[in-house]
Amino acid sequence: MKSPVLWRIVILAGLVILLEVLCVAGVIDKLTMQPPHRILTDLFAMLATGALNKAIAKTLGNALIAFIIAMVVGVTSAIVIHRLRRVRDTLEPLFATYYAIPVFAFYPMLIVLLGLGDAPQIFIGAMLGVVAVIVNTLNGLDRVPGVLLKTARINQMSPVDTALRVTLPCASPYILTGAKLAVAYSLIGIIGAEFIMSSGGMGYEISFAYNNFDNATMYPLILLILLVSISINMMIARWEKVLMARRGLR
Amino acid sequence: MNPQTGQLLRNTLTLIVVVLVAWQALYWVVGDVALRSPLQTLAFAAKFTSTPQFAAHLAETSKAFGLALLLAVVIGLSIGFTLGASRFLSDVFEPMLVALYSIPKITLYPILLLAFGLGMSSKVAFGTIHGVIPIALFTITAVRNVKRVYIKTGHVMGLTPLDMIARIIVPAALPEIFAGLRIGFSLTLIGTLLGEMFASQRGLGFLLMSAIGLHNVDLIMTLTLLLTVFAGTASVVLLALNQRLYARS
Repeated sequence: MKSPVLWRIVILAGLVILLEVLCVAGVIDKLTMQPPHRILTDLFAMLATGALNKAIAKTLGNALIAFIIAMVVGVTSAIVIHRLRRVRDTLEPLFATYYAIPVFAFYPMLIVLLGLGDAPQIFIGAMLGVVAVIVNTLNGLDRVPGVLLKTARINQMSPVDTALRVTLPCASPYILTGAKLAVAYSLIGIIGAEFIMSSGGMGYEISFAYNNFDNATMYPLILLILLVSISINMMIARWEKVLMARRGLR
Repeated sequence: MNPQTGQLLRNTLTLIVVVLVAWQALYWVVGDVALRSPLQTLAFAAKFTSTPQFAAHLAETSKAFGLALLLAVVIGLSIGFTLGASRFLSDVFEPMLVALYSIPKITLYPILLLAFGLGMSSKVAFGTIHGVIPIALFTITAVRNVKRVYIKTGHVMGLTPLDMIARIIVPAALPEIFAGLRIGFSLTLIGTLLGEMFASQRGLGFLLMSAIGLHNVDLIMTLTLLLTVFAGTASVVLLALNQRLYARS
């Protein structure tokens, strides 16, 4: 158990050092990428001055709202769809196609519908995330042992009670897998929408910096987004592991 | 086998009808500002697809997508087979792949643009990084789940590593590998399109992006319809094939 983790750290450190050497030696030129240590110091400087804190707060806040909407809508509709066999079968091709559809094409329509502002971006983020949550929740609900459902019925629990106390806790590891994807998708939705059309937020700042060859702003922002999404995902993954271990799985 | 495919076909048809009805209803609510009705879109699509302009962009996108898919499949399968065959390697690298899978790759587009320049190579790269990781992850799991007995039998027969892959591992792991390829296909497509939207002067993604910029609703609707129909048809065909593979094994 110990050694794979150690190896992973060594490999990651090696890659960063390699990048550093390549950048400093000039193999990768300054306009393409700055050395990793510069990106880190720039990131600290950026956070310390607080110049972009508003943009960061806006993007992360919107992503959080989109994530919550995706989770709530996704889990609720999964519970409903799970009971309706025909509906679920009909939706199967949609689930298979969904992530190949360029959802961003609907962004202009959403702006007309919901107005300029945060609402269309949040809508896109939630729209992207919700299907991942539904698919994974359905997968989890499929694996709830029949005996638990029978026990619930013997205790005459209402459908809502059954969902809250039996099926959802039982399916929670799978729902968490959906949650991990929803984190990524809500960020993708918000940032992608900001790239296309917006007046603020991290995506806007990144594309603005890119257009101005301002690598000192662009790379730290990208690094920050990657750090945020990876650390949230690791936290959820750890929680998932705890839940699985409690059940004696894995 | 066949009844399952028939059921899939029936479900798809039901879904298409539902989507068309919902689309028409939405059109009545929203109006001409931001939406076109299904009929108007079809009419415009029929006209637009016969223009040489469309053919040029389509050729560009097909080329980028084909290359990206080829790269994603080759790299993904090689990573998958290498890591799947060795417990240690997969212990070390699989969590890294999972972490890479979960990052919002759209943020990486400026880096790819700077590294590959504007044009074909950057959008191929964008498509490939979207598709390669799910293919690799599914292949790792598939190869690892091949029954030990099969592999031991192969060893007893003295198969070479190449024969081992071709005659034992691939046939045994095919349904799951195929599921990975199916997801990889969708993600490579969306990756290529996103790459074209942000980092290109040609292709359907670029066309879509400029239509968004000009608020050309006809074009937006037509392109979205065409891409959705293509992706949908491909997904349903792949899904049917996949179900058949699962049913056989």
